[in-house]
Amino acid sequence: MESAISLDAAYGPSEDVVVREIEGELIIVPLASGMGDLEDELFTLNETGRAVWARLDGRKPLRAIVGELAGEFEAPEGAIEQDVMGLLEELVRRKMILRKG
Amino acid sequence: MSAAEKGFARKIPAGRAELWKSGRPRLARLDIELTERCNNACLHCSVNLPAGDVDARRRESTTAEIKNILAEAASLGCLGVRFTGGEPLLREDFEEIYVTARKLGLRVRIFTNAALITPHLAEVFEKIPPLDKMEVTVYGMTAGSSESVTGNPASFEAARRGLALLLSRGVPFVVKGVVLPPTKDEMDRFEAWTREVPGMTGSPSYAMLFDLRSRRDDEAKNGRIRSLRLDPAEYVRLESRLGEGRPAELRAFVARFGGCPGDRLFGCLSDAGCVDAYGRFQVCLLLRHPDTVYDLGGGSLRAAMEEFLPRVRDMRAANPAYLERCGRCFLKSLCLQCPARSWAEHGTLDTPVEYFCGIAHAQAEWIGILAPGEKAWEISDGRRRIERPILRRRNGPEAQTNGLAECKGEKTWKAR
Repeated sequence: MESAISLDAAYGPSEDVVVREIEGELIIVPLASGMGDLEDELFTLNETGRAVWARLDGRKPLRAIVGELAGEFEAPEGAIEQDVMGLLEELVRRKMILRKG
Repeated sequence: MSAAEKGFARKIPAGRAELWKSGRPRLARLDIELTERCNNACLHCSVNLPAGDVDARRRESTTAEIKNILAEAASLGCLGVRFTGGEPLLREDFEEIYVTARKLGLRVRIFTNAALITPHLAEVFEKIPPLDKMEVTVYGMTAGSSESVTGNPASFEAARRGLALLLSRGVPFVVKGVVLPPTKDEMDRFEAWTREVPGMTGSPSYAMLFDLRSRRDDEAKNGRIRSLRLDPAEYVRLESRLGEGRPAELRAFVARFGGCPGDRLFGCLSDAGCVDAYGRFQVCLLLRHPDTVYDLGGGSLRAAMEEFLPRVRDMRAANPAYLERCGRCFLKSLCLQCPARSWAEHGTLDTPVEYFCGIAHAQAEWIGILAPGEKAWEISDGRRRIERPILRRRNGPEAQTNGLAECKGEKTWKAR
């Protein structure tokens, strides 16, 4: 199935989540219903996920974010792009981030 | 493969502690008693004040004070807050407090009797879910039984309306029961009904070992609570309803958490805190002893957690009766004796509470780790008793046999 995520689009956090940093963990807390399963869970991101999340400012195109990450992490740009798209699909599906531009 | 499966994002189901790789937050959970007032006047309640108690209302924390407490809790890393009472929904500012908590990124658990849930409030819970299941106490299966407990002639229908509103909005909740003379014979019916409640995943819990008034404010009510208490044999009979595996479960529990506490009073305190209706930090919602209460008005949650709580945790028992009995008792994990109950019953932190002692001993006899008449604090080999139960029992106290027999397995209850 083709990804609904566009590398040329900009994404940013939804106002329906609260993002908290506690003891070094970035925790995403759903505020509105329908973001988790049954009882809505909290979510936490690993180091890679955090690196992506920190760049989701609603202005920067995803392609630029992939480029920045390729410069920061020792991984092929294609692999990074695939991982970023995967994470974005999950976050968009859960309405935690929205397409902003 | 989703990002969650791939490992960039991780879901954290309710109550999971493995979130923290290194340090834990200073405050993991917070209980806030929003009011001691209640729309009901339940026979057995250790807290309730009348809904219209003007003095209590005047002394309660203001909306701003509660918001400040919530904000500080969040800044200390708190992930979840429980709103309790009294009846928390009785506060006119409940919605504002609730939404504030959720916007701070806190999960919210609400203890309620459901009677004050309005269509608007149910809609709020639908749009901004608490994230933790609401816990609703149900006082009876009929208006007659329920209202003879609550003392409120409109409470049964109101509570059922509240539950229907939650169901219609898909707000998850669990229900809990209470075992009192008017409801004791309704347990089977209640349990059958709970199986139809979508949020229920197992048997309901019951309030059945009632605490005395935690503010030691009403001896007449204490007398009534004492009169409502189950005697130990009846308690064990009700516990045996949980199935023939229950004794083994209890033995496993005692084996895991057993051990004599010595002079240590507070084995239960962790990284959670409580705030009473008037803005005072308590280590436990039941415990109002002045030495264990800290006024947040003159301090902070941080100071309460970092400076005050450790001092309470270090308190030691000094009462010879406690040290001789509770301090040496291997049933500590089975017994509800604690400083809060000692306070409610005796006004001290370290006085044995006979009622809970009797319950624990009856349970221990039932699960085969004490012989009738034995006192647990006189047993020097408690660990061995747990590993190798001495008594043969089948389905409760009435099945007790006369002699002692060693039992090598949980299902080998055979006479020697």
